[in-house]
Amino acid sequence: MIEITDLVKTFHQGSVNEVLALSGISLQVRKGDFITVIGSNGAGKSTLLNCLAGSYPIDSGHILIEDQDVSRWPEYKRATQISRVFQDPLLGTCGPLSIEQNLALANRRGKYHGLKRGVQRSDRELFRNQLSQLNLELESRLKDSVGLLSGGQRQALTLLMATLVKPKILLLDEHTAALDPKTALQVLKLTQQLIDDQHLTTLMVTHNMRQALQLGNRLIMLHAGRVILDVSGEEKAAMTVEDLLEQFYKVRGEEFVSDRMLLV
Amino acid sequence: MTYFAFMGALEQGFAYGFLVLGVYLTFRVLDFPDLTVDGSLPLGAAVSAVAITAGFNPFLSLLFALLAGFLAGMVTGFLSTKLGILHLLASILTMIALYSINLRIMGRPNITLLGKPTILEPLINTGIGMFNAAPLLFGIFSTLALLLLLWLLHTAFGLAMQATGANQQMITSQGVNTDRVIILTVGLSNGLAAVSGALLCQSQGAADVNMGVGTIVAGLASVIVGETLFGCRTIGRALLAALLGSLIYRLTIALALSLKLGQFSFTPSDLNLLTALLVVAALTLPKLRRKVLSR
Repeated sequence: MIEITDLVKTFHQGSVNEVLALSGISLQVRKGDFITVIGSNGAGKSTLLNCLAGSYPIDSGHILIEDQDVSRWPEYKRATQISRVFQDPLLGTCGPLSIEQNLALANRRGKYHGLKRGVQRSDRELFRNQLSQLNLELESRLKDSVGLLSGGQRQALTLLMATLVKPKILLLDEHTAALDPKTALQVLKLTQQLIDDQHLTTLMVTHNMRQALQLGNRLIMLHAGRVILDVSGEEKAAMTVEDLLEQFYKVRGEEFVSDRMLLV
Repeated sequence: MTYFAFMGALEQGFAYGFLVLGVYLTFRVLDFPDLTVDGSLPLGAAVSAVAITAGFNPFLSLLFALLAGFLAGMVTGFLSTKLGILHLLASILTMIALYSINLRIMGRPNITLLGKPTILEPLINTGIGMFNAAPLLFGIFSTLALLLLLWLLHTAFGLAMQATGANQQMITSQGVNTDRVIILTVGLSNGLAAVSGALLCQSQGAADVNMGVGTIVAGLASVIVGETLFGCRTIGRALLAALLGSLIYRLTIALALSLKLGQFSFTPSDLNLLTALLVVAALTLPKLRRKVLSR
């Protein structure tokens, strides 16, 4: 269970460009929750994920993962609990290293990187099995460098790497946004499958409202660094894109109209 | 080129091989331009010379040099990662600080090792000749160093090292403290540079506080020449290319020095110009070749 209390994050503090990105967000994530996060640009979705992962230090507030306060942990230490997939398909994998070397690093997430051989012979069987569920025929290309793969293949690999060692929470930051529609759908299916198989606790940021409603058991909407909507279970299942748009309308008033076409 | 000049170039090429492998680690693997080597190479020479003068075993003095260089490199890594100083500047700061430190270690600007034991002594005593002993021993040493690095780069730490250079966000997300990796790798690179200094000082018979000037340019030139001639598709290939690059670089310089065009001949003071030209050539020739081929 992940408990976020009064999270505040300001960018460019004390300058004219000061932006209050998160203004005291509180959120209780239950074990096994698959939460989709929506909100307009600048609502604080990505900032929330980056603060959780430790990429940005927070101004105040607390993040508890299974009763352990990780608010002051550096990013690499939080990676022992948290794994993530980025919007940029190049960010989650290491291009010059081979597929098996990338997987070996992921297989050691949060563990000591010592002087043992990076890719153990016994690992390869595991890697082949794991890769075969992607249906991308990567299992026969263990030694190929990841730089040779397409964006979609790299994103699928990143997903696999993020779940190879089961994380306490999986963070997905618009991880299909940079892919073509067909590949995006494949990666999304894979996401669903991996989350279902391992009962992963997940936060998924998306711009796509239909996606946000279809996936997951819970949905939150952010606006101006706050949670303005938090629905789950039946209530979420009954929601439509129109309901969500209405919510947007309420908080954003006039400026929303110009965005309407983008969102539908 | 005479036989002696040829063997002398091999000796230098292998001795500088350690430095070149170190430069490959920082510049190519870690993507960390590190000028500290201009200070850590004479540091290694100074430590080795002082240790031998104090009666330590010459082989043991190499280990001292390695450790001293390692510490120097770790200082650069620390300045860059923990104190947030730009890597290039951090390395320049350590480099100029080392100038003073090297003078302190030696107590004077240079130390000669005349009549003192060196690592070459046992081999020279077998009667294979001075000019053959050094290239042979240094060749064995630098080959061992190459194999050790090849092994290291394929360990879990080595993979983390490669990933730190290529994609810091990715490797941080896998739970690796990149600061630690950078500090250790820059340390290792400078440890290797210091061993180069120690070998050179023992084969030349003297340590000099100014012997490090231009080290980084020579190191980089060797790496680039090696890559251009021998390629760098795999780590093993790249390491071998770096070491061979060091040999080619020294041979080229020896060749240039032995060249006589009528009245004109190069002097050692022309070396910096030659090095610059060699690097420019190595950097542009592949592009030129591609242009010609694509026509």
